[in-house]
Amino acid sequence: MLLVADDIHKTFPLPSGGAQAVLSGVSLALAPGETLALTGESGSGKSTLLHLLAGLDRPDSGSVTLGGAPLSTLPDAARAEARRTRIGLVFQQFNLIPSLDVAANLAFQARLAGRHDEGWCATLAERLGLAPHLSAWPETLSGGQQQRLAIGRALAAKPPLILADEPTGNLDEENAATVLALMLELAAETGAALVTVTHSATVAAAMSRRLHLSRGKLA
Amino acid sequence: MTRAALHALLSHWRRHPGQLATLLLGIAIATALFSAVQAINAEARASYAASEATLSPDAPDHLTSPAGRIPMQTFLALRAAGWQVSPVWEGETPEGLTVQGYDFLTLPMGSLPDLAPTLAQMPPSALITLPPPQWAAPESLAAAPQATPAPGLAPGLLVTTIDGAMALAPSGAITHLLVAPDAAQPLTRPPLAEVAPTLTRSRPQGGAEIARLTRSFHLNLTAFGLLSFAVGLFIAHGAIGLAFEQRRPMFRTLRALGLSTRLLAALTLAELTAFALVAGTLGLALGHVTAAALLPDVSASLRGLYGAALPGQLAFRPSWAATGLAIALAGTLAAGAGALLALARLPILASAKPRAWARASTRSLALQAAAGAALAAVGAAAVPLIGGLPGGFALLGGLLLGAALALPALLAALLAAAQHLARRPLAQWLWADARQQLPGLRLALMALLLALATNIGVGTMVSSFRLTFTGFLDQRLVSELYVTARSEDEATRLRAFLDTRPEVQATLPIWHVDVPMADQGAGELYGVADHPTYRDNWPLLSVTPGAWDRLATGDAVMINEQLARRAALGPGDTLQLAPDWQPEIVATYSDYGNPGPQAIVSVPALTRHFPDVPKLRHGIRVAPDDIPTLTAAITDDFGLPATALVPNAEIKAYSLAIFERTFAVTAALNALTLGVAALAILTAMLTLSTMRLPQIAPVWAMGTTRARLASLEALRTLALAAFTALFALPLGLALAWALLAVVNTEAFGWRLPMFLFPGQWALLFATALAAAALACFWPVLKLRRTQPATFLKTFASER
Ligand SMILES: Nc1ncnc2c1ncn2[C@@H]1O[C@H](COP(=O)(O)OP(=O)(O)OP(=O)(O)O)[C@@H](O)[C@H]1O
Ligand SMILES: [Mg+2]
Repeated sequence: MLLVADDIHKTFPLPSGGAQAVLSGVSLALAPGETLALTGESGSGKSTLLHLLAGLDRPDSGSVTLGGAPLSTLPDAARAEARRTRIGLVFQQFNLIPSLDVAANLAFQARLAGRHDEGWCATLAERLGLAPHLSAWPETLSGGQQQRLAIGRALAAKPPLILADEPTGNLDEENAATVLALMLELAAETGAALVTVTHSATVAAAMSRRLHLSRGKLA
Repeated sequence: MTRAALHALLSHWRRHPGQLATLLLGIAIATALFSAVQAINAEARASYAASEATLSPDAPDHLTSPAGRIPMQTFLALRAAGWQVSPVWEGETPEGLTVQGYDFLTLPMGSLPDLAPTLAQMPPSALITLPPPQWAAPESLAAAPQATPAPGLAPGLLVTTIDGAMALAPSGAITHLLVAPDAAQPLTRPPLAEVAPTLTRSRPQGGAEIARLTRSFHLNLTAFGLLSFAVGLFIAHGAIGLAFEQRRPMFRTLRALGLSTRLLAALTLAELTAFALVAGTLGLALGHVTAAALLPDVSASLRGLYGAALPGQLAFRPSWAATGLAIALAGTLAAGAGALLALARLPILASAKPRAWARASTRSLALQAAAGAALAAVGAAAVPLIGGLPGGFALLGGLLLGAALALPALLAALLAAAQHLARRPLAQWLWADARQQLPGLRLALMALLLALATNIGVGTMVSSFRLTFTGFLDQRLVSELYVTARSEDEATRLRAFLDTRPEVQATLPIWHVDVPMADQGAGELYGVADHPTYRDNWPLLSVTPGAWDRLATGDAVMINEQLARRAALGPGDTLQLAPDWQPEIVATYSDYGNPGPQAIVSVPALTRHFPDVPKLRHGIRVAPDDIPTLTAAITDDFGLPATALVPNAEIKAYSLAIFERTFAVTAALNALTLGVAALAILTAMLTLSTMRLPQIAPVWAMGTTRARLASLEALRTLALAAFTALFALPLGLALAWALLAVVNTEAFGWRLPMFLFPGQWALLFATALAAAALACFWPVLKLRRTQPATFLKTFASER
């Protein structure tokens, strides 16, 4: 298995003083190249789970293993390294780096990971329709272009795992369809597994597996 | 509705008390430094005006003799004839203090402005009890342990009763008599020419004259005050900008809920006004305290440089407070103008490209730089066009403002080059990100540039001054030992005695009379012996061939730089020294630290034209190793008291003490400005840190640790400070040149050579880095400790 989450619990303190259990015993396993849709009500903890899978945060109990090695129990620096080299992240807000131009944004994570491949980046730019905009600033791109750039950034290092949090949530229907198709296509080409948090039935239907999060548990 | 809106607006400050504190602090500091300088200037102006107003009826005239000392018989004869005069005994203590003894029972009103507040609190009987009371400046107390501190007095001066002075400095003399105002004099007294024909009556320097002389000094202070004010406003600007950014959504909501832009702007304006008044009042209090702390040094400086006296206590002036508050208000509104303008133009709907504003367009940077260059050019043109002190200050202002305006463009170019050269992705991001931060940090960096440049400029000026002055003292105080006889008779015997001593290489007379010189008031006319001591060491500036030989023949004179500049005299001109004596000027020499004119002629020429010149003081050339033997011989064998002998080291130390105090104020203001600049960086960084989270978060998510990000943040701030320091160096040197060559020449009457102090530059870089490190320490620590949840929030929702 590429990614295994075992009995994950996560509780957040409430401002009133009590605690809110968001995840209470979540387990899942993902094979290499598999695609998975994560659905659930707003506030059900989808983003929280995705952040734990990415090693951005730690569970209160339970563990996350990536490629057979523990992830959630690692110290800060080691988790950072795992994110850098083995995980691609795509967010609803795109979260591009405003001080770097499109080309630099596209290659950024691959260069951080030490796996920069110019040919692959050029292919990505071409396939994502970004080739004419390589020297533009990110905020001059349309929403769809920005999200395609974010996907390209996540794929540039060819990571085995891509985690996306409502990647099409900010896009109109037509753009959403294009972006989703490109993401699936490129993930399949690089052999990356994909976890997508989504509210959209269309997006969920495009994945090979679907899990629903409700009351802190997966179903 | 208004109340509800106001409540919503003000609720922001309740949630961000630190921000409110920063804003108030910024305005308060700006007001404090500016009004401190204004308070000192107002005190000085009032004091000059008072001395001018009281001069004719109140301030006593002086009776002086060309000989420099007045025999007791002359004084007694005047008193016997009914003249209401009061003697002043002056001399030196063995510790090198100048002693002034006054006869407090006959002292005319207004004679001792520095001591007036102290004297007013003393019962009259305290002045005639034993031991006699003594007063001295606080830093002179080590040499005068019995003295009461009197902050208005110049360092090295000890004031006491006439009995006390005669005991402390027996080799001194009655140097002048203070004349009671005519109203207090008997009508029947005989004319002065009958009783004491050798004495001349003169008025002490008037307030208007002193005001003219000290104008540049006060202009200097004002310039510093304005600089600090500007730097303080940078802080206020940062805080207001941050509050605006954070309240942007609230403004939008209020607008959407039906509040007009006008009402919103009016409410914000009212809010700023209230803050300005509160912080301004705080600033006034701080300013008063600062001014009171600086006043003794200012007073001593003015006394040492110009002989002007200020009272030791600061008065509170309502007009000063009103001006201070008005300035605080104007400054706050200026600092908030940008935010108010943005508010007036705020669209109700969030703009689609929220961060486009953050990248300063290259064009606007270039425009700003061009404006800066134009300003500097205007400043440079002002020197030949306007000339004088205003021209000098126009040059300073143009240089400083122009460089500050050009700084962002220069930094942007430097950062672009660094980004271009960087190979690693994080390094590239670091420089690109620094460039993007420029608009936010711009004002703080400009403040740092100004503070650093003034530090270099003033530091170079003071160090050049110190070096020149020390070298000058070495040249002028060549004789190893100075001896003063108690009477002419003793002096004659002393000279004969010294001639017999084998270790004495030369005995050089130091004799002088005070004569009026070229409409510049009384100057000192010294006679110098024809000796290599002078030929080899005297600090000549411009000289005609064979000047020393011509001086020795008796028909030539050398004048100091002040006299040459003020009376526009030079070699080839003549100078009237007596009704029948007008020798040619053969050279000019530097004479730092002396406020008045001075000239030297040969000893025979001096004694020929002024036969009764006191011939008491002498310099002795002797090998340093022989000084103890010689001193012992003079005190023991010859019978002169040890107090009459002063090694030149002591005189140098005394002169340097006055000098150091002169620049203590400048140094204090300098340090304050640098501190405020560091504070400006801190507030700017805090402002940016909340806005920058969305830009740092993706870099963190892609696998960069917080520790790494924090060290990069520190590195970026340090790099920006270092680059700024790099630009501050040439600017500071240009500033030093302007101060030395233009401003000081106008202000003091002498021009100093400029020296370079690379050691100071290294210190400056260290200071700039330390200031930046101090300023970024907290923001960086905050970044280092950012919870993952805080980063994650930026992914989940729009800021
Ligand atoms: N850092 C935090 N501190 C406190 N509570 C948090 C924090 N992060 C998330 N929560 C809470 O955890 C719950 C789940 O949040 P999460 O963002 O994971 O939901 P979601 O399923 O992604 O919702 P949505 O579909 O709206 O994005 C929410 O009730 C939220 O308030
Ligand atoms: Mg979510």
